Amino acid sequence: MNQLIKNNLLGIKELSLEEIELIFETADNFKDVINRPIKKVPSLRDVTIANIFFENSTRTQLSFELAEKRLSADVINFSSSSSSVKKGETLLDTVNNILSMKVDMIVIRHSSPGAPHFLAKHVNSKIVNAGDGTHEHPTQALLDAYSIRERLGSIAGKKVVIVGDILHSRVALSNIFALQKLGAEVMVCGPATLLPKYISALGVKVELDIRKALNWCDAANILRIQLERQKRSYFPSLREYSLYYGVNKEMINALDKEIIILHPGPINRGVEITSSVADADNALILDQVENGVAIRMAVLYLLAGKLE
Amino acid sequence: MQKRLLLDSQLLQITIQRLCQHLIENHNDFSSAVILGLQPRGVFLANRIQKVIQELEGCQVEVGYLDTTFHRDDFRRRDIPKKASETRVPFLIEGKDVILVDDVLFTGRSVRAAMDAMISFGRPKKVELLVLIDRLHTRQLPIEANYVGKQVNTLASQYVEVGLKEQNGDDSIWLMNIEAE
Repeated sequence: MNQLIKNNLLGIKELSLEEIELIFETADNFKDVINRPIKKVPSLRDVTIANIFFENSTRTQLSFELAEKRLSADVINFSSSSSSVKKGETLLDTVNNILSMKVDMIVIRHSSPGAPHFLAKHVNSKIVNAGDGTHEHPTQALLDAYSIRERLGSIAGKKVVIVGDILHSRVALSNIFALQKLGAEVMVCGPATLLPKYISALGVKVELDIRKALNWCDAANILRIQLERQKRSYFPSLREYSLYYGVNKEMINALDKEIIILHPGPINRGVEITSSVADADNALILDQVENGVAIRMAVLYLLAGKLE
Repeated sequence: MQKRLLLDSQLLQITIQRLCQHLIENHNDFSSAVILGLQPRGVFLANRIQKVIQELEGCQVEVGYLDTTFHRDDFRRRDIPKKASETRVPFLIEGKDVILVDDVLFTGRSVRAAMDAMISFGRPKKVELLVLIDRLHTRQLPIEANYVGKQVNTLASQYVEVGLKEQNGDDSIWLMNIEAE
């Protein structure tokens, strides 16, 4: 396989295993590129990409922008807080206006699930989903899986637990799809109120006890508590959450094996994870950030290859 | 399909020997020279050249691999995109004499891309090009090789098929005609 089947990256659900592997292989090459003295290739020098962020982001937006610049693309950034969206413009009008300025590809983050899918249906461009509400965050899942693959050699047969606020997490959903396609066993762990009701229908194990979950897994992906998305109280207090589900050194030391720790960021130190765990050698958190640029370069490069 | 043998195993070996002699003549002990093989087949040739020079001169010339995929000017203009291979340049090329090695010199576009890719690793003092087969009168860019295994007159409708034993084949290089349907 030399190119993606899909014309957009909307979610992991729509990707095939072969496409994920192609993205990983391409990312291997780009990881090499970004570790050179001159971290740039000219592949996308005639491509213009708009990063349209209707929701706050630092890591993802920087990572996409850097990936685009490393590929020599022209980049424009748009954030809704300083735009005509405030004046009542619709999503489709905003995007069509941007595309009229001869923009080739769109990277979009939106608080409404399905916003990128809606755009893909109505505009003639290449769309990359950088997170749509509580639905999917495909590039995050790809870089998480890529980081696990890099550290553990492969993903097939490995056991991965996703800990925390599964209910509000697009990272969790995309991770479940990606890891299962790559042949891993997936478990979710968190307080019952933060686990979606029918999550086991996705074929994942459900565990309420964090110690049992850590004992079972090879890799643990610890998620942040997304207070900004929680419309009501799901647990009594952050302190109580931290007491029962915060991953600390003592829990890790009690295991009879070494596990790797991932976190998509931003970290709330002392809440879902303690500093001693987040900064340990088996934490891939900064590898994830580095790999994020390589993965996004691969996705943009492969999609740009399909531009007319 | 019509085809004509350009180099067989024995001739290929003699050709590589001659190219190495020529390299030694110009670069002595290779203390300031490095070889960069272009992916995919230039890499195999570069490794063979390294081995022959080792046998002839007893010196170990440094060999790197260069992949030009991300530097090509035909990205988005090909029907099927090229897949990238490994780039490995484990030494400094700053101030060095770089010898680029490829199997076939045709339009010159790969070599242009290779020079572009190479510059990412530093500014060499001098760059030379070694090719096994030089297809005459087919250049689209002003690029010529310093060391040539064999020059052949070819038509645009023909192509050179390079078989090397490193790719699970025999050492044999053929000129093929693409038959009109």
